[in-house]
Amino acid sequence: MNALRTLFPVVTVIAVILGIWIAAVVPMNIHLTADQAARQDIAVTPDTPAERKELSGLSLALQNTGIWGMTYTLERPRLPSPHQVGAELWDTVVMKNPTSRRSLVYHAWVTLSATLLGFAIGTTLGILLAVGIVYNRTMDKSVMPWAITSQTIPILALAPMVIVMMGSIGIQGLLPKSIISAYLSFFPVVVGMVKGLRSPDGMQLDLLRTYNANAGQGFWKLRLPASMPYLFASLKIGISAALVGAIVGELPTGARAGFGARMLVGDQYGQPIVTWAALFGAAITAALLVAILSLIERRTLRRMGMAGAAA
Amino acid sequence: MMALALILGVWAAGWWVNTRLAHSAASDTAGVRLLIPAVFGLTLIAMWEIAVRAYDISGVILPAPSDIAVTFASSIPTLMADFNQTIIKGALTGYIIGMIAAFGVALLADRSDFLTRGILPVGAFMAALPIVGTAPIFVKWLGSDWESKAAVVAVMVFFPILVNTVAGLRDTSAMQRDLMRTYGAGYWPSLLKLRLPAALPFIFNGLKIATTLALIGAIVAEFFGSPTVGMGFRISTSVGRLAMDMVWAEIVVAALAGSAFYGAMALIEKRVTFWHPSQR
Repeated sequence: MNALRTLFPVVTVIAVILGIWIAAVVPMNIHLTADQAARQDIAVTPDTPAERKELSGLSLALQNTGIWGMTYTLERPRLPSPHQVGAELWDTVVMKNPTSRRSLVYHAWVTLSATLLGFAIGTTLGILLAVGIVYNRTMDKSVMPWAITSQTIPILALAPMVIVMMGSIGIQGLLPKSIISAYLSFFPVVVGMVKGLRSPDGMQLDLLRTYNANAGQGFWKLRLPASMPYLFASLKIGISAALVGAIVGELPTGARAGFGARMLVGDQYGQPIVTWAALFGAAITAALLVAILSLIERRTLRRMGMAGAAA
Repeated sequence: MMALALILGVWAAGWWVNTRLAHSAASDTAGVRLLIPAVFGLTLIAMWEIAVRAYDISGVILPAPSDIAVTFASSIPTLMADFNQTIIKGALTGYIIGMIAAFGVALLADRSDFLTRGILPVGAFMAALPIVGTAPIFVKWLGSDWESKAAVVAVMVFFPILVNTVAGLRDTSAMQRDLMRTYGAGYWPSLLKLRLPAALPFIFNGLKIATTLALIGAIVAEFFGSPTVGMGFRISTSVGRLAMDMVWAEIVVAALAGSAFYGAMALIEKRVTFWHPSQR
């Protein structure tokens, strides 16, 4: 019932976005299409390339309604139409052997493995640091302000340097990208986890004290379970940050595989459809990762009796 | 051996000072709260400096903090030009465009409950996507100067601001809205006097998240093509020349600009939402 109440509006919004996209294809591609049509001796107004250049995409499109169909089938469009991107995705994801370099699944795995390794490192370190911050006053006062400030800093700018720095001491491949991913997912986890471990109120802490619980029991039986909703919220931020980190980590080094590499290849060899397919591939991957985390979150919180907190 | 002992000694001294400060009676005064992280930061920088000097670490791998400071001071004109190109022209313009667009769409969507229910999940989903990957496309469309960077930034900041604004505009209770109706207030008066003020904490939350995204977008988009000025351009070419001190100097600029941008937003928030419980 509730799901249906959101489904219809969501589908409508997506349909509107798709509609705008499809409508934008004509004016965006009309110049290229007109040039191509002129070469094939199809009448175009105005008929010289110089005159067409003067016109905006919209007015040129209105003068040449006959060639609108061609704007959707260009080989190298400025703006590919949704069905071209869909066809490219279908072709490179389903039709190609996943181990081939031409398959997007292969590139997805390259990026994904770096993302997941970095996410695991960053999350583990983040949780450990958060525990340290909650239990050690000196650490809290020294490190916490830096952890908060670091979220206002464009850390991603460090990516090219990390790659080259690690390369010059002989570390290449998966690990440098993972370090960037780890770094990006680290800080959200620290900040969220500190908040979560501190979420039990004084009454609950006092209750444990009346039970004569020691510090370890207080951690495992109260603070850690209470922090779970906060942890999952920051994990979801962390995993998408980790994916962005891995993609950007592939850009400056001229990586040969991964989503970032596909985007660069499409960009440099003038194959916009490849860039767009890589972009959508990355978006779908991000969505799947967040969806998997949401599923684990719902399962975990329900088993812990916090189903209400997840909604 | 001597160097290692010195590094550990600096660490121990810094930690001892901070432990004393954190457990002293004055540990919650504003001055000490700033002093402790400052001591911590200085300790790390001192250890870094000693390690680089003592072990002769090549500047190609990790330059010493003092080298970075010298480079920073001697290339201020270059850094200013890069700051102007990337932060003022790219990030700030894009931020303002994205913000206005997000407010506009949020106000339109707000008039219909149906649209609101559609836009919230879609917007939250879009906000989690790697939008920075659209940079090569915008560079191709709008050329390599700051316009393409502003476009990337505008798209990146659009979704978090939109989602927070739409969510904030829904954050009034039926009782409050009914009270406005008993006053005979129409859509606009109740929007301006009740729902917009009530949404401000949410809106500023989105605006603060967007400050970091704006800088990331403007810098990363320059990796895909830029004129011969700009922070992203300088970082990628300096990495190519192995001039790591220059890269670090740019990162210092990025860090300062990011903190200042965020701080400015937080300050405006404090002024505008002084009545909210979280600000008192």
